[in-house]
Amino acid sequence: MVTAKELTFEYIRRDADGNPKGTVRAVDALSLHVKKGQFIAIVGHNGSGKSTFARLLNVLLAPAEGTVFIDGMDTRDESKLLDIRMTCGMVFQNPDNQIIGQVVEEDVAFGPENMGVPTEEIRARVDDALRTVGMYEKREASPNKLSGGQKQRVSIAGVIAMHPKCIVLDEPTAMLDPKGREEVLKAAHMLNRKEQITIILITHHMEETVDADRIFVMDKGRIAMDGTPEEIFSRPGQLKELHLSLPQATELGEALKERGVALDTRVLKPAQLVEALCRLR
Amino acid sequence: MHAITIGQYYQASSVLHRLDPRVKLMGTLAFIIILFFADSFYAYALAAGFLFAMIGLSTVPVGMILRGMRAVLMLLLITVLFNLFLTPGEEVFRFSVLKITKEGIDMAVMMAMRLFMLVAASSVLTLTTTPQKLTDAIEHVMKPLKLFRVPVHAIAMMMSIALRFIPILAEETDKIMKAQMARGASFDEGNIFRRAKSLIPVLVPLFVSSFRRASDLALAMEARCYHGGEGRTRMKPLRYEMRDAAACLVLLLFLGGMIALIVLF
Repeated sequence: MVTAKELTFEYIRRDADGNPKGTVRAVDALSLHVKKGQFIAIVGHNGSGKSTFARLLNVLLAPAEGTVFIDGMDTRDESKLLDIRMTCGMVFQNPDNQIIGQVVEEDVAFGPENMGVPTEEIRARVDDALRTVGMYEKREASPNKLSGGQKQRVSIAGVIAMHPKCIVLDEPTAMLDPKGREEVLKAAHMLNRKEQITIILITHHMEETVDADRIFVMDKGRIAMDGTPEEIFSRPGQLKELHLSLPQATELGEALKERGVALDTRVLKPAQLVEALCRLR
Repeated sequence: MHAITIGQYYQASSVLHRLDPRVKLMGTLAFIIILFFADSFYAYALAAGFLFAMIGLSTVPVGMILRGMRAVLMLLLITVLFNLFLTPGEEVFRFSVLKITKEGIDMAVMMAMRLFMLVAASSVLTLTTTPQKLTDAIEHVMKPLKLFRVPVHAIAMMMSIALRFIPILAEETDKIMKAQMARGASFDEGNIFRRAKSLIPVLVPLFVSSFRRASDLALAMEARCYHGGEGRTRMKPLRYEMRDAAACLVLLLFLGGMIALIVLF
């Protein structure tokens, strides 16, 4: 679905007067492959290049070197620009700054309208998308009256209405409260399971990655670690070097083991920890 | 800050609400233009009758329309006073240098009615039409300007986005003001210049954040395949219905009546 080959992107750094003073490699010869229908999490500390990578996938930025293929389409091919953006949708961090319409359904229709979808089909797509994320009842509401989690679900609906094969979520939960975070994550997992949409979730909340098929850990624009959640979280030392933590349940489990509680597995979620503790009795 | 309501819309399902926004927009414009030609009380009576009929049809409470008047009350007062005292003609009343003439009274009443009806008519338009529909209508009505390379679609899109962000920016202004107040800033002390100056620490962060929002929004729009008005379809395209034809007929009858009255008297 998504293949990056030796992908490189550089920002020009400027001093106070705006003169260039060298470049920063935000993404540095990065190669990875995401299979169709996978749920991928990309984690990394601030400035590790994960958001830049997301923008390269959607051709909001053009690579300096290397290539990205989205469903076989080369992002350097300008004639494919709109096709790529239809195939690989994107949800951003700030819920307020990505809603264009003054009414929920108008906003969801924005993508299909831009694609030139016929009028009757837009209506059907918008209704489907809103039902999928559970926002159909609010279709005539003003986005300003919604909670953060609801706004992000509307943004996701806006992407689904474009019928993409892949959705990149760039820290969609960073500005939300715990309830909103749960809503958005549930929607993302549901799309992955029921609609077989490939999901690339960029986050720095480790708890959000435990259900992913695969985690890529980014550092200095490169892939530092790569594996299933079990594999990644079995290397807490390496994660710490990359300024990342373990999910809370895992951390608690490890601490308990250190104090002599004989847990039999490595736990990732609170529920697993509870089960493991119950097995001790 | 929550009192800011540009394009204040009153939700209802009256005939006027369901009318095509283009018809309403053109109708309001025609009404306002013909008002400026009206110069007899008969013409004003007809215009007022038409306006009241429309207000009745809209089912909008009269109080809401009168509330819109408050904004122009000062202007109305000044206009009336100027016309009352400065129109030359047959003297009716004199108070040292100030004199009121018969022509002045006529003129003042006429101007007051003109302004009153102008504002009331535009209020009826904005109260019965959602901002989204209004921008759509403006885009349609301005279409001929495309010949002169006016970016009609872009202008309509900008208006629509501006309307979307007004409440967000109002809320943000509120937040910044509170943050500055927490650091000891005060916004209601001193003369007008000091007050204006005290707003600088509010406006600077507001501008910075608006630019950040604008660039975020541009990215989000691009990611959703926005590429200008070319090849764009609409979920709710504007379509003329039978009732719009009927409305046009009523409007033409009214305009005909107005022209007849203006020519006759």
